[in-house]
Amino acid sequence: MQWILDHLDDITSLGLQHVWLSGLPLILGLVISIPVGWLATRARWLRGVLITGSGLLYTIPSLALFVLMPLVLGTSILDPLNVVVAMTIYTIALLVRSVVDGLTSVPDEVARSATAMGYTSVRRFFGVDLPLAVPVIAAGLRVAAVSSVSMVSIASLIGVDQLGDLLIDGFNREIAGELLAGILASVLLAVVFDLLIRLGEHTLTPWRRAQQGSSA
Amino acid sequence: MIVDILQWLVSAEEWSGDGGILVRLLEHIAYTLLVILLAGLVAIPAGLWIGHTGRGRWMVTVANALRAIPTLGLLFALTLVLLPRLPGASAFIVPSIAVLVLLAIPPILSGTYSGVESADPAALDAAKGMGMTGRQVLRSVEIPIALPLLISGIRAAVLQVVATATIAAYVGLGGLGRYLIDGLAISDYVSTAGGALLVALLALALDAPFALLGRYLVSPGLTGRTPRALRQTDPVPAGGTA
Repeated sequence: MQWILDHLDDITSLGLQHVWLSGLPLILGLVISIPVGWLATRARWLRGVLITGSGLLYTIPSLALFVLMPLVLGTSILDPLNVVVAMTIYTIALLVRSVVDGLTSVPDEVARSATAMGYTSVRRFFGVDLPLAVPVIAAGLRVAAVSSVSMVSIASLIGVDQLGDLLIDGFNREIAGELLAGILASVLLAVVFDLLIRLGEHTLTPWRRAQQGSSA
Repeated sequence: MIVDILQWLVSAEEWSGDGGILVRLLEHIAYTLLVILLAGLVAIPAGLWIGHTGRGRWMVTVANALRAIPTLGLLFALTLVLLPRLPGASAFIVPSIAVLVLLAIPPILSGTYSGVESADPAALDAAKGMGMTGRQVLRSVEIPIALPLLISGIRAAVLQVVATATIAAYVGLGGLGRYLIDGLAISDYVSTAGGALLVALLALALDAPFALLGRYLVSPGLTGRTPRALRQTDPVPAGGTA
């Protein structure tokens, strides 16, 4: 505990790096997954290709992906961009499926009512399909957020600084307090991300509150 | 650079010997199989029990909460705790295997129990109505229905183990992770990237059989691949979504 109090500054600055490296890919991944997921709902063969393809990306172990990124991007091995791109790929790999599931879960009669009310297909997508898919997408995003916070720590092995540095340094110098600080800060960050996503989901689905009344 | 890496990958001397690629590859596969076997021995019976009786859900909650702990931290913490307490080489291997088993349990557990729970209550009632005992219902109704989710749980666990075994090389585990960790330590990008390619290929290669397994081990009644002779009329012409 004393170690944590003595090194609050270090923990905070590494924590901010961690927020950046795990948060930005979640946002980028979400923004990319929505059009890709939408495309996948257009045609059956596209859906197979996109879901299988993004699933295959997820099979690549994180350390391997971090190490291989410089080959693909032409960056240096120490460039944080490697981590951001790799984590964005993982987020897409997880979220495309959620977006497809969310969009296809929209009841047929709801979609047809919207069309009958004169919604164009673009307006229907943003006004009806996408909002109704929010709970399913949010569930996928929560899984992605937890695994992303944990996975970014591994980037310390390739020399990109964030909370994982505390884990490696604590292990190498056998400072239990530092190791514990790294674990606790990372768990705390995962919890905060989870709360933020749930808050976002709550804000974006006002009809659920109306349905449930004050019971939520 | 890519040419150097390919050369490294195909060079005969890298593949032979004690620390050669072949030995590392086999080590990696052996760890993975051992860990999945151990995790399965714990998680499958537990998952079947939770799904069948509806009790013990807290185990799933605990297992899922574990996922928020950074793998690297878990690995280092357990190694630091066990290192002084274990003799010789086992001091490096036991903590790594223990962490890998711990990580493999949640996906298998949740795949098993949610697979059992996905059984249609009507099917269970029918089985009970036919006079099946609880054990028979589990064996001939719930387990076959649980198979698709159970298999995808094991599949997720395998990927997790292959990836994490790579990182466990940092605390002394063998396997393909050695090329990544040792290569990074001496800034030898060729062997690092070569190792990374091998791990990625291994993960893809181990993933493929599960796709097939999911297709052929699962009861035809569940996948819609019912033989034509058994099929009466298709209620919905085009079938559901795949």
